[in-house]
Amino acid sequence: MAILVSLIIGGIFILSIGKNPFEIYALLFKGTFGTSYDIGQVLFKATPLIFTGLSVAFAFRAGLFNIGAEGQLYMGAMLATLAGIWIPARFPSLPSLIVVTVCIFAGFIGGGCWGIIPGWLKARFGVHEVINTIMMNFIAYGLTNYLVLEVFSVPETIHTPEIGLSARIPRFDALLGIFRGSPVNISLLIAISFAVLAWVILTRTRLGYEIRAVGLNPKAAEYAGIPVAKTMTLAFFIAGGLAGVAGSNFVQGFKYYYEDGFAAGAGFMGIAVALVARNNPMGILFSALLFGTLSQGGLAINTQVPKELVEILEAVVILAMVVMTELFNRWIIKQKNLS
Amino acid sequence: MNEFVIELKNLSKSFGNVRANDDITLSIRKGEIMALVGENGAGKTTLMKLLFGLLRPDSGDILIHGNKVSPKSPADTISLGIGMVHQHFMLVPPFTVTENVILGTEPRQYRIFINEKTSRESLKKVSDHYGFNLDPQARIETLGVGVEQRVEIIKTLYRKASILILDEPTAVLTPQETDELFDMLRQFRSEGKTLLFISHKLDEVLAISDRITVMRAGKITGQLDTPQTNKEEIARLMVGRDVILRVSKEKAQPGDSVLEIKNLYIRNSRKQEAVRGISLHLCEGEILGIAGVEGNGQTELAEALTGLRPILKGEVLLKGILINKQSTRQRFDSGLAHIPEDRLQRGLITEFTLQENLMLGRHQHPSFQSHGFQNRENIHKESTRLVEEYDIRPTELNRLGRQFSGGNQQKIIVARELAKNPVCLVAVQPTRGVDIGAIEFIHRQMIAARNKGVGVLLISADLSEILSLSDRIAVIYNGEIMGLLEASEADERKLGLMMTGTRLAESA
Repeated sequence: MAILVSLIIGGIFILSIGKNPFEIYALLFKGTFGTSYDIGQVLFKATPLIFTGLSVAFAFRAGLFNIGAEGQLYMGAMLATLAGIWIPARFPSLPSLIVVTVCIFAGFIGGGCWGIIPGWLKARFGVHEVINTIMMNFIAYGLTNYLVLEVFSVPETIHTPEIGLSARIPRFDALLGIFRGSPVNISLLIAISFAVLAWVILTRTRLGYEIRAVGLNPKAAEYAGIPVAKTMTLAFFIAGGLAGVAGSNFVQGFKYYYEDGFAAGAGFMGIAVALVARNNPMGILFSALLFGTLSQGGLAINTQVPKELVEILEAVVILAMVVMTELFNRWIIKQKNLS
Repeated sequence: MNEFVIELKNLSKSFGNVRANDDITLSIRKGEIMALVGENGAGKTTLMKLLFGLLRPDSGDILIHGNKVSPKSPADTISLGIGMVHQHFMLVPPFTVTENVILGTEPRQYRIFINEKTSRESLKKVSDHYGFNLDPQARIETLGVGVEQRVEIIKTLYRKASILILDEPTAVLTPQETDELFDMLRQFRSEGKTLLFISHKLDEVLAISDRITVMRAGKITGQLDTPQTNKEEIARLMVGRDVILRVSKEKAQPGDSVLEIKNLYIRNSRKQEAVRGISLHLCEGEILGIAGVEGNGQTELAEALTGLRPILKGEVLLKGILINKQSTRQRFDSGLAHIPEDRLQRGLITEFTLQENLMLGRHQHPSFQSHGFQNRENIHKESTRLVEEYDIRPTELNRLGRQFSGGNQQKIIVARELAKNPVCLVAVQPTRGVDIGAIEFIHRQMIAARNKGVGVLLISADLSEILSLSDRIAVIYNGEIMGLLEASEADERKLGLMMTGTRLAESA
């Protein structure tokens, strides 16, 4: 329903530039679900959004608005890349499974540490996390940009050297021969398992209970003896870590190097992903898929519609989707109240 | 000539499938004091909102001075001569009395400038006429609660209201201030003003009103002439069954000391000393009541005892162990329980389910979690037990906290805190804003806890609660203890004097 309305609104836009919306949408559909390659591309695009969506949602459950997923993603990816270069070079005999795990862990730590800083500033001094995380994003941009271009770059490029073979995450194409030609890789499964993990933590553990209590009513949490500051900081660490692993899809599964600015807003898109999923980890799997489709669909219609308009269309559809989701949820609540 | 100033005819208002007001017909005569009583959720507030133009009725008519009206906003109602004194004052604290009174109806000079001189003079005239003794230039934030209420009343008079609605006006007043308010109301009545007095304190209703309208579950269940009725009858109409208004309790058997407070100083959030040198001790198996008008340091005292606010000076000992520096969780672990003053701010998480709320502060106990994972089976078992034992309704464990009535929310908190098997219970305003049925239940639970040997520190502004539960009573005023009495020696007059700053020795 929400999607339908957003498609109609998008259609009006397409009409306004003198194209037939049905043709464009047919093209969009074909470009996303036409071949197994296209489906692979959709999944590939959705993978980082699952991570960043989870990051935003997890922080939100603790009552924190994480605008910093973008910066956390860069920092995590940078640390994972360095680990991916260094470990295989130093310990060539280590099995791939261990190296990959260590790299993902490094990504988590990199993003997590970037998340701890605004979390701690908020908990200790009450500085609003929106400002903190935005500033942390700028620092992360600058820092990774500097590291890539000035310290680790391959001359004449804007990326680092390649990571070792054992640090690479296998593609489905290579493993099973499905989604032929698409870089979609095991990161997708890692993302799904992180979603399940986040859900388990939030709903089944003492930590999740405390995080939700702090998020919903910090005064009541304090009254119940829950260490509010500590819980907030920890939640922000986990949120940052989740965003930090998002880079694995690109670095370890696709290009095998860190390229400056590769995430292209995946961190910010995570906010929309989380919003549409109402911060439910399981819902994020679906909303990330939706956003992945849109992003891949944009590429598919690129030949028919100017690039700028594709971007506008994407944004309009997302906006319409968010509004419709909100209206839909209100309608559900109203129905519930009536019955 | 119609003698009724307000007539409500077959008024109905529903929210979803809840009939908040169901076919209400009510007439109020000129120059009478009509009391409207009913439990929380009985529909009093909805009715007032309909009358005041904040809500629109689904059906039915409102007649003012015999004319049919349909107020669409408070401004309409004010222009009809109706004034409302809200339970929570609608004043701007940094403004002066004059500025607050003229707010919204400022007399203008050259259309732009506020003519404050004119307003000050007319305000003074009204104030002197009723002997209000108000300084028009005082800032609201410097005034006491009783005076603030007078400002609210004068605001309505200034706007030439002939009908006054007072929503729980005595909730924040001392007995003496209440008496003064009642004198004022009687003067209004003698001048032909009509008063609608909303309350659930039955003694006051009987003292001030001419007629009483009782509401229950959106319906009017009785219209009584005050001289021909009594508390029991009103309570029965309110609750729908017989109610025991007095809790029966045996004599206390105090044991060892559980809580000792020595020369305690605490600062409030504005860094002022809110508690100044309090010393008290509480024994096992007794209820020590702390009476006092709200805002005299009770909140700070309770928060400091439970670890939510730092102690500036002095000592707090729980079972002989100094707990000044202990965290809230450590204090819970050593047997302290706390029914907080504000159930929605502290006591409950409104978006948590009943089951989750019953675990708040107990969730880290080994029976409810191991290695960080919650033990869902035990949580479910314990919740089911508590819901049954404490008669929490409805019994759905997955219902959200906010979906329960005030009385049941409070029962959730009481159940949870007593389930901790505490040695000491700090109960702050345990029955505020709760219906009679739940008050009765909660009081019985507290007495039962006392009989089992729990030391209960009861901090309450409700004198009848203090008098009916406590074994000993201390009165707090301006952060100091004015005196300590055996319950048998205490009465409302003595406590009232102490609540306004007279020390026990002086009053005796």
